[in-house]
This record gives sequence, C-alpha cells and structure tokens, in this order.
Amino acid sequence: MEELLEILTDLHPDVDFETEEDLIDRKILDSLDIVSIISEVSGVFGVTITAKDITPEHFNSAQALYGLIQRLSDEG
Amino acid sequence: MLFTSYEFLGFAAAVLLLYYLLPGRFQWPLLLAASCLFYCFAGPDNLIYIVTTALTTWFSARRIARCARRQKEYLTRHKDDLSREEKRAYREKQKKIRFRWALACVLLNIGILAVVKYTNFVISNVNGVMAAFGREGRLSFLDLALPMGISFYTFQAVGYLIDVYRGAVEAEENPFKLSLFLSFFPQLVQGPINRFADLRQTLFSRHPFDWGKVSRGLQRVLWGYFKKLVIADRILTAVNALIGDTAAYTGAYVLAGMLFYALELYADFTGGIDITIGMAEAMGITLAENFRRPYFSKSIKEYWRRWHMTMGSWFTDYIFYPVSVCKPMLKLSRFGRAHLGNAVGKRLPVYLSTFIVWLATGVWHGASWNFIAWGLGNWVVIMVSQELDPLYARFHRRFKVQGKLPFRLFQVVRTVLLMSCLRMFDCYRDVPLTFRMFASLLTARNWHVLWDGSLLALGLTWADYWVLGAGTVLLVCVSLVQRKGSIRNRLRAAPCPARAAVWLGLFLCVLVMGAYGVGYDASQFIYNQF
Repeated sequence: MEELLEILTDLHPDVDFETEEDLIDRKILDSLDIVSIISEVSGVFGVTITAKDITPEHFNSAQALYGLIQRLSDEG
Repeated sequence: MLFTSYEFLGFAAAVLLLYYLLPGRFQWPLLLAASCLFYCFAGPDNLIYIVTTALTTWFSARRIARCARRQKEYLTRHKDDLSREEKRAYREKQKKIRFRWALACVLLNIGILAVVKYTNFVISNVNGVMAAFGREGRLSFLDLALPMGISFYTFQAVGYLIDVYRGAVEAEENPFKLSLFLSFFPQLVQGPINRFADLRQTLFSRHPFDWGKVSRGLQRVLWGYFKKLVIADRILTAVNALIGDTAAYTGAYVLAGMLFYALELYADFTGGIDITIGMAEAMGITLAENFRRPYFSKSIKEYWRRWHMTMGSWFTDYIFYPVSVCKPMLKLSRFGRAHLGNAVGKRLPVYLSTFIVWLATGVWHGASWNFIAWGLGNWVVIMVSQELDPLYARFHRRFKVQGKLPFRLFQVVRTVLLMSCLRMFDCYRDVPLTFRMFASLLTARNWHVLWDGSLLALGLTWADYWVLGAGTVLLVCVSLVQRKGSIRNRLRAAPCPARAAVWLGLFLCVLVMGAYGVGYDASQFIYNQF
C-alpha cells in the first residue's frame, strides 16, 4: 500500500490519497493520470490492469485500487 | 430529411402521435419502422450498410455471449476435476475465441466505414504522390456515397460489441431491438453516440402518454430550433462569406471568422442535439447528454470533457485505454524507463496513446488533411499544457489568483480563443491556407474593419447583428442559470401565464427571426456530414 500511495502522491502531491474516496467522481484523476498510474503499477507490482478493469469503482480510492492489484496478483 | 425541413416536422409529429395511440408493446417496433423510413429518405440503397452492421454485430455478440456462457457452465461443472492451470488454460482458449469474433466484426464494420469514407482520400493522396514523382496516369475516384450517420452507428455498434466482449453488457437476443438501437432516427444523423446498457433502459420500454414528459421534450426541441434557426443559420451567411473569399478577408477578418464560426458551430451542434434529445424525451426515451456548457471550460482538457462528450468517452473507453494499457505499450514504457530515464518512460504510453486517439478523432471527423491537422493540433496543445502543469502550479503558489473571477474569465476566454484557432483547420479546409490566414491575423493592420461597418458587407444587416447579439446573450444567460439546475424544472414551478409567455415567446422568436426568407433552403447541420 505504501508503494501505491507513493505513486499516487507523486502524481498529485496536494491530494490526501489515504482518505479520498471520490477520485474519479470528483475528477481528481483524469484519463491521462489513470494511464500513468497503470504504467507505474505494472512496473512496481508486476500486474497488468486491462482496459476492462478501468472503472470508477476500481479507481475512486487508493484502497479500491490496491484491492484490484491484490486480486490481479492472486489470479497470477 | 433535415431536422429543419417541413417534411421532418410532419414526419416527427406523425410518429409521436402514432407512438402514443398504439398499445405500448408496439411502440419500439413503430420506432424501428419509422427509423427505416427515415433512412430510406436518404436513399434506400444505403439501408444495406446499416443492415449489414446490425446483423453482423448482433450475430457476433451472440456468439461471444454463448462462448462466455459455455465457459461458465463448463468451469462450474468441472470445478473439482480441473487443476488451477487447466482452468486458466481453458479460460485463455475461450477468451481467444471470443476475441476472434469481436475482432472480425469490428474489422468488418470499421472496414466498411473506412472504404466508403476514406477510399477517395487515399486515391487523391496516391495521385498526389504519383504526380510529385512525375509519373503519368491517375487513379480514378470511386463514386461512393457516404451512408447517412455511418460514423455514428458504426461507433455505437463497435462500442456495444466491445462491451459484450468485456462482459459489461448482456448480448441482445432480438436482432430488431439491436437494429433500433443503431438506427433510432433522432440520434442517427449526428449522435449522441449512445451506449446500449444506458439506452436499452428506456428505448424498449412501454411509455404511456405523459403530458409532462411530452411537453418537456418539446420545450427542448424548441430551444434547439432557436439555436439552429435563429443563431446558427443566420451567422452562417457571414461565415460563408469570410471563408469563401480568402484573398479579401484576411487579417482582422480572420478573427471575426474564428469567433463567428465558434458561435455557429456551438449553436448548430448543440441545437441539433437539443432537438434529438428533446424528441426522444417526448417519447419517454433518455439519450446521453453531449454537452455541458463547453465554452465555460478553463482549459482544453476540460473543454474536451464537456464538448461532444459521448464521442470523447467513446474514444477514451474503446481506444485510449486499450491502447495505453496494452502489453506492448507497457513493455515500451518499461524499456523507456530503463534506457531513457523514468521521466520519459512514464510519459511514453500517455503521449503515444493520446497521439493515436487524436489522430483517430481527426480522421473520424473527415477524410482530409485539415481534420488530421486539427486533431493533432489538439494533441499538441493538450500535451504542452500537461507539461506546463508544474509551471502553472508554481505560478499559483506565487500569485493567489486561482479561483478568482477575473482569472477564471481569463482562462475561459483563453480556452475559447485557443479552440477557435484550432478550428480554423475545420473552417478553411486546407492546411497551408489555414497557416497563411493565421499569419495574416498575426500581422493584421486592418483592425478597423471590426467596427467601421465593413462586417455589414458579409451579407448580414444591422438587424441580423442585433438578433445575433441578443441571441448570444440569451445563450450565455441560459448557460449561467443552468449551472444551478434545469431551467425547465424552474419554469415548471412558475405561474402558468409566465410559463406560457416564455415558451410562446421562444416559439414566436423561432417563427419570426428564424433564418428563412425568400428561397430559404434549410441548411444542413454541420455534424450531419460526419
């Protein structure tokens, strides 16, 4: 989780990603941010987030995104 | 049959009347029949294209859904017999089959679009290259008519198919229902580009007559006609004059042309969409919104989230994301990080994917280099502003102007001007000419033409300019009020005479001030040609 928070904070230093739960709905993250995050996550966690997984539910909070990463890691 | 023609008004009125006279179960079949009839007015031969798209999409989607269903059943049946690896291998195999169906159907339909829309563009470029190398002989152009709405219904079909492939929506069993989704006549000619999951909620349901809904829909239709007939078609005369004589109308005239075209395009496209959504609303059908006060945007990125929203979200979901997160792109990103540094590596997927998206957006808008230049111009501006973000952040830390009204106004004006500059490619339809006209604006010495009455020589009288001025003020005021909620809802709460006065006034405005006149020929909506 620490590594993910680091990736997110690098992108938007002014956002508190530990508490924010409406990253997409409040338009804090846009499509360009999402692609940067996926690219970073792929490098750091070794998981592939596909276009199908790009939904507001998965990207609205750091916690939800971390859940997705864990699920993809488990699926191998 | 144009939305602004008397034939269309008669047609729409007849459909609406029948729609509520027939029992509910016949409503969607009636809409399908009406859509076919509407399509036939544009040339019955073109029906073959939309029927092919509907049938191939319906068939492929069903095959994909059947494959997914079988996979689920098989895995449930053999839950305890198969190892994890065997299950994964089976899933991969089934996924490949589904992918092949989806790919074949997408290639076929995008192929049809490409052939009818871009063959002559390719031929003209091949001829140009051959002439440049001194080769004699020219390829002849093909006589291909662009089927009405092909760019819009093809995108809807492809979007639906990908959603079925991703498991985001269930495949439609009934081919006629899918055909109606693709051909629903109000949205056929200029969008919005709807998603099946959203539109199916209301398109196939039964809608008993509800005067509240019908009147709300018709009010929006009326507002759309006001924008189109009173504003867009009026200013069209001046825009055509400015674009038509590029030798005479240089310098400050170019600025006038840019702003006039910005107004025309907005009134034309949003007006058309208002008519479309309003007409559907009158039948109890909810279409996706396509605009959210785009000229109030404070940056180009924001503008594209608020202008032609359904096209933007289509490109994001079906091109931008799949391209930017595909395995080769992620590999390229890793390669970039390893060899060119972290900063370059992490930018590579974003830069390349947005480049592809904007190239596709330009190509989608039209088969000519000016649209490609327009698309790539947008890409450059968005990427530059993305790179300037840290600089903006430093500026805002130093100067506390963020959020203040004068600075917001500056941002809005800057965005409108930037977008207007880019639209010059669309306006002049010729890339070198656009650059020449832009250069003439930068070196202009004829600013006096903006106020010395020269603009009256563009085919508009003072009265026309007054109407346009008042119309623009009304558009701005409506947009300002809309930020706090629907105007129609507010009006509903007003006393009946006040409400009647507003709508009657608007109706009379359209009737009296609509750009008809002697020999009036309803002009096409700009987005009909896409």
